Amino acid sequence: MAERISLAHGDGGELAHRLIADVFVRAFGHTEEARFDAALCSVPSGKIAVTTDSFVVKPAFFPGGNIGKLAVAGTVNDLAVSGAVPLYLTAGFMIEEGFKIKDLKEIVQTMAAEAEKANVRIIAGDTKVVEKGSIDGIYINTTGVGYYADGKLPVNPAEMEPGDAIIVNGTIGDHGVAVLAARGELGITTELPSDCASLNGLIQSVLSETDGVRIMRDPTRGGLATTLVEIAEDFKATLEIEEELVPVRPEVQGACDILGYDPLYLANEGKVIFIVKKGEEERVLQLLRKHELGKNAAVIGRVANREKGQLHLRTALGSTRRLHRLSGMMLPRIC
Amino acid sequence: MQELLNECSNPQLGKKLLAKVQESAAEFKKRYGRRPAIMEVCGSHTHALAETGIKKVLKDDVNLISGPGCPVCVTDQKSIDAMIKLADGPDRIICTFGDMVRVPGTERSLLEAKTEGKDIRIVYTPTDAVKIARENPEKEVIFLGIGFETTIPILAVALQEALQQDVGNFSMWMTTKLVEPILRALLDAKETNIDGFLLPGHVSIVLGKNGYRYLAEEYRIPGVIAGFESVEMLSSIYKLIRQLLEGRAEIENDYSFVVTDEGNPVAKALIEKFFEPVDEPWRGIGVIPKSGMDIKDEYARFNAKKRFQITVGEPRKTKCRCGEIIRGLVTPEECPLFGKACTPLKPIGPCMVSAEGTCAAHYQYMRED
Repeated sequence: MAERISLAHGDGGELAHRLIADVFVRAFGHTEEARFDAALCSVPSGKIAVTTDSFVVKPAFFPGGNIGKLAVAGTVNDLAVSGAVPLYLTAGFMIEEGFKIKDLKEIVQTMAAEAEKANVRIIAGDTKVVEKGSIDGIYINTTGVGYYADGKLPVNPAEMEPGDAIIVNGTIGDHGVAVLAARGELGITTELPSDCASLNGLIQSVLSETDGVRIMRDPTRGGLATTLVEIAEDFKATLEIEEELVPVRPEVQGACDILGYDPLYLANEGKVIFIVKKGEEERVLQLLRKHELGKNAAVIGRVANREKGQLHLRTALGSTRRLHRLSGMMLPRIC
Repeated sequence: MQELLNECSNPQLGKKLLAKVQESAAEFKKRYGRRPAIMEVCGSHTHALAETGIKKVLKDDVNLISGPGCPVCVTDQKSIDAMIKLADGPDRIICTFGDMVRVPGTERSLLEAKTEGKDIRIVYTPTDAVKIARENPEKEVIFLGIGFETTIPILAVALQEALQQDVGNFSMWMTTKLVEPILRALLDAKETNIDGFLLPGHVSIVLGKNGYRYLAEEYRIPGVIAGFESVEMLSSIYKLIRQLLEGRAEIENDYSFVVTDEGNPVAKALIEKFFEPVDEPWRGIGVIPKSGMDIKDEYARFNAKKRFQITVGEPRKTKCRCGEIIRGLVTPEECPLFGKACTPLKPIGPCMVSAEGTCAAHYQYMRED
C-alpha cells in the first residue's frame, strides 16, 4: 500500500475502494448497514436527537488524543448533554494530498476505539481528497443520532430556581492548554493531556439515579464562562460562580498566567456542566466521583435568581464582577 | 516557586490586606476630603487590578487611575498606519506580537490585510522572526517592534542573532517607548492629579529601583514597585497610602524577589549596544523628546525605516478618546464609543484591542450592563 494519500485515493476508483476496505471498513466494521448508498438503521420509537460538528484541530495529534478521538467524543457529547442516548455516527473525511496513510490509520483506529468505548456505531462515511495546500492535513465531520429513552427529555431547564447548584465534572482548560502547547509556538512545553473524552457513560450514570438535573451543557469553545453566559441568557437565570471553587490544574493556571489567557474561557472536550436542583448536589457529586471522568467534580456556584440572565464571578477577594462571552481572544482551530 | 506564587494570591491574606488598604484610605479621605489618587503605570497592572476585582472593590476608597503603560495604546495613529502599510509591499512577511495584528489603522488592520492574503505572522518572541527570515531567504521579513523597557532588550537579542548569523533579509520597524520621559511629561503637564505611582514590576526588572529616583527626588511623589498577584498589588497600594499619610516620598521595592536596585545590567548593555534614544510621537500627547529607542546608524541595515520608504497621510479622525484615557484624564465609560461602536470584536482605538488596554479591561471585567 502507498505511504501517502494521493488524489487517486479520492476519485472513487480502485485506489479509493482499497483505502475504504483497508482503512475504514477494517476499523469501523459496518458491513451490515453498508449495502446501499445510505446506511439503514433502526431507532427505538419516539423522539430522536441529531447533531453535526466539523473538526479542524491543529495539530491533528496532541497529548491525550487526536482529531479522530475529538470527532467521536465531540459529537457523542453534544447528544449526551442534550439528554439523548447516542446510537450512531457518520464520519466525513477531507484529506490533503500527501497526508500519511499511517497517520490516517491511527486516526481511524482511534475513532473506532472511542466509538466502542462510547457504545455508538459508525455506520456511514465519506472520503474526499484535495490538492496539497488546499487544506491543512485532515478535517473530519461527524453527525450523530441519539434517542430519548422514554420519548421525553430527561432534563427540565424551565424549573431552574434560586439556590440550584452549578456542578462541573473536573478541571477546566486542559484541552485548550494541551493543544496550544502541542502547536509548539508558545515556548511552553507541557505533557498535560487534553481532557478529550466521551461523556455519555458519565452522564447516564447520573441521569439514571436522579431526576434533579435541570440542564447540561458541554463547555467546549469559549470555555466554562461562555457556556454559562449562554445558559444564563437562554433561561433568564442569573448564575453566580466562585473563583476559588472552580477546579483548575496548576499547569493550566501557570500557562494562562504566562500567556495572558483566562482558564474560564479555554476550551474543554471532556467536561460537562450540570445545573442541579437544590438539595440534590451531594447525591450528584457522589455519582460523578464514582466515575473515572468525574473524580474532580465540584459545585462551583449557584443560581442566584430567575430575573436578569447574567453570569457573575465572585473573586477570591470577595469582589463580584460580571462575566461576559469570550470576545476578541484569538485561539483558532482548537477543535 | 509555585508555593510562593500561591501565597501571593492567597485569598485570606488578600482579604486582610484589603481591609488595611481601606482603613488607611479612610484615614487619607478624612484628612484630605478625597480619595488618594494612584496611577498604575503598567497595562498588566490595569488588567490584573480589573480581573481580580480590586479596582471594583476599592472604587470608593482609592482612585486607581490607569496610566500610559500599554504599548499599542500609546502608539500614535500615524505610526500604526505606517506599520500596516508595510504589509502592502511585495514578497514581505510581517511578524509582530498578537495585539498589534488587531489594532485598527486608518484604512485597515493587519488582520484584515492577512485575510486579503498578506503574509502576517504572530510570533511570541522576535527571535522567531529571525528564524522565519532564515527559512524564507527570498522574502523580506520585518518585525514590528513595539514595547517598553521590558521588550526593548528582547528586540536587541533578535538583532544580535540577525547580526551573528548575518541574516540579510531581516529588519525591524521600531516604535518603542521609555517610561521615564512619559512619567515626566504627565507630571509636568499637571493635567492629572497623581499622589503616587504603582510602578511596573516587569519594566523594573530591567530598570531597577534606582531608575525611579527622579520621582521622589525631583517631583516629591512616592512610588512602589509592584508584582501582579492580588496580594502583591494590595500590599503595594497599602505601602503607597502609608507613605502619603506619613508625608514620605520614597521609591519602595515591593517586588524584591525579582527586582534589584540596579536592574539588569546585561539587558541594559544590550540596549546600549544596538539602540539610541530618539524623539517619539505618543498617542494624544505628541512628540516627547528622547522618549523612545531606535536602531543605531551602524546597524542601519536592520532598520526597516531606512530600508523601506513608507508614506502615510493624516489619520482618519474618530471620536475615540484613547489619547485622554492613557493620560488618566477620562475613564473608558466617558468615551461615547465605549461598548457601543467600539468593542474588542470591532475596536476603534488601541485601548480596546490589547488585553493590557484600559478599555479592554473595563469592557471585559468591569462592565455591568
